[in-house]
Amino acid sequence: MSFDCTVAVIAGGLSFEREISLRSGRRVAEGLDEKGYRVVLLDADEQLVESLQAGYFDAAFLALHGRFGEDGTVAALLELLDMPYTGSSFDASRLAFDKLAAKSVLRRAGIRVPDAIPVGEGALRELGMGALLDRAVDELGLPVVVKPNRGGSALGIRLVERADQLPAALMTAFGYDDTVLLERRVVGTELALAVVDGLSPLPAVEIRPKQGWYDFAARYTHGAADFRVPAEVDPQLAKHCFEVAQAAHLALGCRDLSRTDAILDEHGTCWVLELNTGPGLTSTSLVPTAADSAGVSFADLAAHLTNRAIARRPR
Amino acid sequence: MRADDPFLSRYAHGTRAMTASEIRALFAVAARPEIVSLAGGMPFTAALPFDVVGDVMSEVLAHEGPAALQYGGGQGDPRLREVLVDLMRHEGIHASGGDVVVTAGSQQALDLLARMFCDPGDVIVAEGPSYVGALSAFSQYQVQVCHVPLDDAGLDPDKLSNELDRLSREGQRVKFLYTVPNFHNPAGVTLTDERRDRIVEIARRYDVLILEDNPYGMLGFEGDPPTTLRARDADNVVYLGTISKTFCPGLRVGWVLAPPAITERLVLLKEAADLCSSNFAQAVAYRYFAEYPWQQTLKSLRDVYRERRDALLDSLSEDLPPEVTWTRPQGGFYVWVRLPERLDAKAMLAKAITARVAYVPGGSFFADGQGSSFLRLSYCFPPPDRIREGVRRLAGVVEEELDLLRALGGLRAPTDEPDGAGPAGWGGVQ
Repeated sequence: MSFDCTVAVIAGGLSFEREISLRSGRRVAEGLDEKGYRVVLLDADEQLVESLQAGYFDAAFLALHGRFGEDGTVAALLELLDMPYTGSSFDASRLAFDKLAAKSVLRRAGIRVPDAIPVGEGALRELGMGALLDRAVDELGLPVVVKPNRGGSALGIRLVERADQLPAALMTAFGYDDTVLLERRVVGTELALAVVDGLSPLPAVEIRPKQGWYDFAARYTHGAADFRVPAEVDPQLAKHCFEVAQAAHLALGCRDLSRTDAILDEHGTCWVLELNTGPGLTSTSLVPTAADSAGVSFADLAAHLTNRAIARRPR
Repeated sequence: MRADDPFLSRYAHGTRAMTASEIRALFAVAARPEIVSLAGGMPFTAALPFDVVGDVMSEVLAHEGPAALQYGGGQGDPRLREVLVDLMRHEGIHASGGDVVVTAGSQQALDLLARMFCDPGDVIVAEGPSYVGALSAFSQYQVQVCHVPLDDAGLDPDKLSNELDRLSREGQRVKFLYTVPNFHNPAGVTLTDERRDRIVEIARRYDVLILEDNPYGMLGFEGDPPTTLRARDADNVVYLGTISKTFCPGLRVGWVLAPPAITERLVLLKEAADLCSSNFAQAVAYRYFAEYPWQQTLKSLRDVYRERRDALLDSLSEDLPPEVTWTRPQGGFYVWVRLPERLDAKAMLAKAITARVAYVPGGSFFADGQGSSFLRLSYCFPPPDRIREGVRRLAGVVEEELDLLRALGGLRAPTDEPDGAGPAGWGGVQ
């Protein structure tokens, strides 16, 4: 398949996860190069369309994370260009990126998601919603997780333990999106569940932050969290969690690849926090780690995803 | 990305606190050309006379190529050290080239001096806010930084004296006072003449060595600042200079002027760290300052920066809401902005970058978590029209944040008296 194929690996962009995306992109490019593809690494900047049109690409590999990438923006543009690309369609990416919308769809599909109350910047500023925040906190109970409705990598997420911390947490989260979720905190084993279409089930990765919780610093500081692959949970429960992730992947209409972030509580319930349609793809990211432990190398994974995209090429 | 690290147990204590941060992720975006960056303090090197620099470099290669591309002495090129002594004479300092050590920018000097003086747990006194690069150099040696507040007249001598008194009563030995008296980074303020004498005297009284960092002294827009601390006390002041702002940072040439005992030890530390500074860079710097009209270039750099400062200050007055105050620098690169107390500049940064403007949140300039409602703006790099556009964008973000804060019940209505808390005197001169 790789013979004579040219792939545009798209990374970077204006997302706050730019740096991580550039690392993913470089790693994917190396993997594809190793497999014999011709690879061009493109930044998702104002020259993107021009470069894509000038390049005669067989497919695009999306290594984008966060806004203007993982949210479906680039997928929509590639659809217009009739260029096949890895990963989920515009619709599915956009749905998964909007945590609130995704929650509704997942809940209707019978998947357990933590309750959340949306707080819009407009509702606060124009409608006086500030007066209702105490009620929202009462309903969810403390501690409560405050997160931007759209965004990734735990950027802007705060754990609020006392009600007086809420305004500052909201201010931070509004930096990333104009809708913020107050979400019930679920306690249990943190799992990353990779679903790759066309591969046998991959093992769950268990995340054990060394202190506190899996915030931005813990995610990107080497050594701030421990990992177990496969997760050290009962095999039946691990299987159940994978099935939940697969059901979530289908319910949102994801394609090729997704990473479900979930928490397995003490009663054996698997709570889905969110689905990432553009998960990290550096050599130490969660999905490549899961694949690696199942005997699928990084280069194999990158080639597998690329080949699925190429197979969708209009004829 | 996975965060496990097989080398974790092997890292030195001084580096373990280094963590990934949200701010770093945001700055990766801030470097994009779409964004007006009022964050970084990069000198405007495009204004340099490149024909002259090219000539200087050719001369170095033609006349002293083999030596320039060779190792050099640890103390630095003796010709350059004499030229640096001449430069310092402009700031009232009389010294000998033998007391100068050339370093890789003054950043290396900060590192080497902290290495020389500090054991883990030692105390350093610095202005609050203080230069972020110094704080990060010091933090490697696990020192405790005690901040003494600044106001529009620079470091406050009474507060310095109180702090040194407190530390001495607690039995803490202060290893040095780190200060930037001229056109402070990040505060933009300049220490007054009268305060300089007092600070030198207080340091003597408490037997505390002074590290005087003076990168911006020659970049005054309304005349030169008062003479340096080193000119007032040659025996108790270690002076740090650099050509990064008067010429260019790319050559990495800075220097230390210190009492002889310190100089001797510093040369040994310098040799252990990197043998010597680049001989080529030193030869270029030497010829540039010895043989070319560098003062002409400096004058044109000052004109460029003055125009940009004016653009920044004018647009701050025009666009920012009345609750916000700022300093009015008479030289250097920076304006220090104070937001209403409950606004958090770090929390606001994501929104600012989305609005395509970047700044450095004030907390970065403190070692102890203060400064959250301050931010630093740099006017050195973007041209005036971009600066104006950046301030317009910033003003929009601040207005939005103030609205949001009011909606959350965290701020009194704008018609109320302005908040009186915080360091006195800030923004009083705008």
